[in-house]
Formats: sequence, structure tokens, C-alpha cells
Amino acid sequence: MPFEWFVALRYLREGRIQTVLILLGVSTGVGVIIFLSALITGLQSRLIESTLGSQAHVVVRPPEEMPRLLHEGRVEGTDPAAVARNLAPGDEALAVRLEKPAQRLRSINQWPQVMRDIEQVRGVTDVSPLVAGSAFVTRGEASRSVALRGIDPERFRRIIDMPEHMAAGTFRVQGTEAVIGTGLATDLGVRVGDRIRVLTAGDRADIFTISGIFDLENKGVNDSWVLVSLKSAQNLLDLAGGISAIEARVDRIFTAETIARAVARRTGLVAESWMAINGQLLVGLRSQSSSSTMIQAFVVVAVALGIASVLVVWVVQKNREIGILRAFGTTRGQVLRVFLIQGLLLGAAGWVVGVGIGTVLSYIFAGLATNPDGTPTFPVNLSWQLFAGTLVMALGVGLLSATAPARRAAGLDPAEAIHHG
Amino acid sequence: MAERMPAGTGSGQPVVLLEGVTRDYGRDVVTRVLKGVDLRLAAGEFTALVGPSGSGKSTLLNLVGLLDRATSGRVCLEGVDTAGLDDTALTRLRGRSIGFVFQFHHLLPAFTALENVMLPGIARDGRPSDALRRKAEEMLDRMGMSDRLRYKPGQLSGGQQQRVAIARALCLGPRLILADEPTGNLDTAAGAQVFELLRRINREERAAFLVVTHDQHIADRCDRVVELVDGSIVSEHAPPPA
Repeated sequence: MPFEWFVALRYLREGRIQTVLILLGVSTGVGVIIFLSALITGLQSRLIESTLGSQAHVVVRPPEEMPRLLHEGRVEGTDPAAVARNLAPGDEALAVRLEKPAQRLRSINQWPQVMRDIEQVRGVTDVSPLVAGSAFVTRGEASRSVALRGIDPERFRRIIDMPEHMAAGTFRVQGTEAVIGTGLATDLGVRVGDRIRVLTAGDRADIFTISGIFDLENKGVNDSWVLVSLKSAQNLLDLAGGISAIEARVDRIFTAETIARAVARRTGLVAESWMAINGQLLVGLRSQSSSSTMIQAFVVVAVALGIASVLVVWVVQKNREIGILRAFGTTRGQVLRVFLIQGLLLGAAGWVVGVGIGTVLSYIFAGLATNPDGTPTFPVNLSWQLFAGTLVMALGVGLLSATAPARRAAGLDPAEAIHHG
Repeated sequence: MAERMPAGTGSGQPVVLLEGVTRDYGRDVVTRVLKGVDLRLAAGEFTALVGPSGSGKSTLLNLVGLLDRATSGRVCLEGVDTAGLDDTALTRLRGRSIGFVFQFHHLLPAFTALENVMLPGIARDGRPSDALRRKAEEMLDRMGMSDRLRYKPGQLSGGQQQRVAIARALCLGPRLILADEPTGNLDTAAGAQVFELLRRINREERAAFLVVTHDQHIADRCDRVVELVDGSIVSEHAPPPA
């Protein structure tokens, strides 16, 4: 075993109280960070999962129609409108009225080609066409306003995993089959195999057989979505051969905004990411992450100060021994490394204990409260990245906090240290 | 009789050579602790350094032991002028050429007797070796400590601790042994034993010894006595024949 490791390990073994104190500090810090991170990332994952469970990562639409000029005319100074605008008699002004038009349902031009273009954008994994519009569903006396969505089922299931969320029946929208949410099914009192009538604003109507009922764990979606085939929706919404939007899925969800911008540049269409659509959620997640990072930073600083102060006392106690080691030919570099290795070892050992503490705490907390389906109310997310990150942190803190004491030890004047301790 | 002649005036390369060495302390108020000391220590010579407290003995010992640097003058060890050496080179030279025996043994309490003896070698080589272990065991055996190899300093008597400290000083075969009141903390019997041990090693190893002592009996049994008063060597003489 190299000299520095030999001495460092022996000092750690002999200085039991100091070693235990430092280990307690490091392991508590690592444990708290692991627990906090696991809890917060778990909660965030759950939140994002439930949000994106019923939403595409990026939605591409045709650009909004531009405002158009509705009225143009001259205003004389004596007109009441001119008086109201402080115009003197004889003055003239040009009166213009711009009005933003109601956005009608428009198709994306040459959408098969646009879809292929979007698929080429780096990070996009799947794309799916969508024909979406408002409609009414009636069944007997009951009538509900719904969001009619015409889809290509094979593509759509890669955007939202529908088969996974079927509460009854199957996810199939061939011909005049429709899939509706649990909320709407309850409202209308329908079951799989029942028929519903879908009526759109253009007085177009069709009868659909319910092939499946889904539960996407989102009340708004469960109450309003009616999924039909692309062709049926095109007919009902008067969009023959066209589609109103393209939905895309990306490989890394937090790159959705960047990808949306790339898609917009490439296609000239409007592309919105889930991050833009759920701005409030994102602000909440970011605030949560920031406060967690701040707490972790304070924990790291507290642990580092703790290690450094105990090691400084240690060095003072060992002044004479360091002087003797120096007298017998131990170089400053070797002394420096002895204390740095101690810092590293304390960091590593503290990490091992801390991982245990953090993991046990996380599981205890996750088991405290559960949802009706048995899943934890506070899910925890213990990942290898978290463990690796805290290992790097513990080693870094150990090394960094040992630096000042190690430099002090290496800088000792051996003659002074031997004679005065 | 020639053995007891002062070697400081002898010819050949001395183990230690000090020429006009001074050592000042303080910045605003400068105190000159050593005032132009000349000293030669030859191989195999056993020299006592005596003088009243505050005369500069410890400072001189630190300079000879390369634990401190002179303000002016030359300090040469085995022909190497140490003024030009950086701290690492000085440390390596010290570890290779000098063995220290302190009044309070200064063994490291966390290590066993054997490990204490091996430590200078481990520091020099970077790691322990079987050869080093055998050498350390042999040195402890010569000190009559072969049955205490695994004992920690706290489990040994004062005399035993000093024997381990001597074994540690000798383990790497240094050309110079510096002993600062090696018997000062021991009772008469243990002190006499330790001194005899040092003398025997001096004869067997032919290393130069510089022993700081207040004990006249010890000084009288050395080859040469160097007396330091107020930072200057005032006399160098062979002790009177016993």
C-alpha cells in the first residue's frame, strides 16, 4: 500500500471520534440530498407523466389568419367621432378598423410531406396527423359538447399510449367506430357496443359505435374527447383530405421547446411544445427544482465546513507527528496527499452510509401514504444518476474541505512542529 | 588515542561541514542566535554538543539536521552544499542521510513499534517492502525489542520507546545521527543502557553522531565535546581520559 494511503488509513482508524463525526456529517448530507432529490424528481416525474399522458410533446398547426381591413374612410373634423378624437374643424383623419378574424378550421397544405419533414427534425421520434374540431354528441335525450378528434390509430398510439389506458373495449377506430373517455361515457350512459350520434356545426352528422372507453387520468380529456378515424373526422368537419394539426413525440421531453422552434423554422407553421402549452406547470417545476437545489447547496456547504473544521483540529493535534514525519524524509507533497486522501476516503465512506440512509428514508416515506390503486402518493425516483451524482459530490466535498487542512499540514515548519507541537 | 582526537580538524571529506553559519530570528527586532559557527563532523565520530540553555544548541541541531536553513554561511552534508536545494530535495537528503533521536522519542502513537521503524523507509520508497520489514525487524532485534514488534508506543516503557526511536533513526543506514538529549527523559539505568546502545552502534555503523546533552557523564564519554555559548563555539576538545 502506498505510503500516503498507509498513513491516511491508520490515522482515520485511530482518530475514531473525529472519523465518526465526519462520517456522520457526510452521510447525513448525502442521505438528505438523495432523499430530497428522489422525492422531488419522483413528484415531478409523476406530474409530467400525468400531463404528457394525454398530450403530444409538440403540436404543429397552420398559422393563424391575419387581421383584415374591415373599414376605411375619412373623418371630417365636425363628425362626432372626430370631436371625440380632438380634431379641429377642417382636420381630416383616416379611420381604419382592423379585426382579427374568427379562426376557421384550415388544413395544413401538403401535410404528408410536412409530416415527413417533421420526422426529419432531430429529436422527433413519432408524428401523427390530427383532425380536431368541436362537435355535439347525442344519445337519446342526452347531448354533450365534445372535442372531436380524427386520428390515425397506428400513429396516434405512439403519441399517447391509448391501449394502455383502455378502461373497457379496445382502442379501434375503423369505419364508424369511436373511442370515448370514461367521463363522457358516464354522462351519456353508454357502454362499449352502444351507438352515439355526432353532429358538427356544419350540420353534418354520423352515427358511431363505441368500440372502447379510455381513462387518461385527466378529467377534461375523459369528459370531452371523441376519437374517430381520420376520414370520419374529415367528413364531419368538412376538411376532405386535410388535417388540422400534426402531433409529435420527442425523445427527451425537456428539449421539446427547442425542437418545436426547429419544426417551426423548417415548416413555416406554428409549432407549440408541451412546455409552452403548460407554462404554469413548468414554472412550478422550475421553482421546485430551484428550492431543492438551494437546500442541497446549503447542505453541501454545511457538510464541507464540518469536515474542514474537524480536519483542521485534527491537523493541529497532529502538528508534532507531522513534524516528525517531515524530519524522517516525508515530503510536503506526501503530507498534503495524506490529508487529501483522508478527505476522499471520508467522502467515499460517508457516501456509502448516506446512500443507505437516503434509500431507506425514501422507501419509508413512499410507503407512508398510498393511492387507492396501491401506488405511493409521494413517489420517489432513485436512479443510478442520482447515486453517481452524489458520489461525485461527496468525493468533491471531501477533497475540497480537506484542501485547507492539508495545505496547513504540508506547510508546517518541521523544526517548529517537533519542538512546540 | 587517535580515535579520541578532535576530528573537526581532520582531513578528508567530513559528513557535515558548517562554515560561518549564522541564524537570525525576527524581522523588526533581529536576534542572531548563531554567530558564525564552523563545525566538521567526520564519519564514525561521536561528538557531544554542550552549552547552557539558550546558547543555540537546538538551532544548531536543526541546521545540521536540515530542518532549518542558515541565514548565512554554508551547510554541507556529505559534500552537498544544501543552500541550493529546494524543500523536496532537502527533505529527500535528510531522509536518506540523517537519523534523529529526540528526548521524548516522538514515536507515532497510531503505529506499532515495527511500523514506526519502517515509516521513514516507506516514505522514501513510496510503499513498504519485505526487505524493509526484514531490516526494521533486524534493527529492533539489535535493540533487544524483537518481542515487542507489534506493540504500540503507549504499551512500551520509556527506555523501550527510546530503543524503538533509535531503531527508527538507524533503519535506513544514515551517515549522521542527531540525538537531542537522548537520555534526558530516562532514569539513570535506562539512560546508561541507551547511551551504551548508541555508542555501540556508532562503532559498528561508523556513522557520525552529534549528541546534545546537559549530562557531563555522557559528554565525558564522547570522542569530542563542542561547547556552544551565546551562539558561538567557545571550545572544542577531547574529554579527559576516564
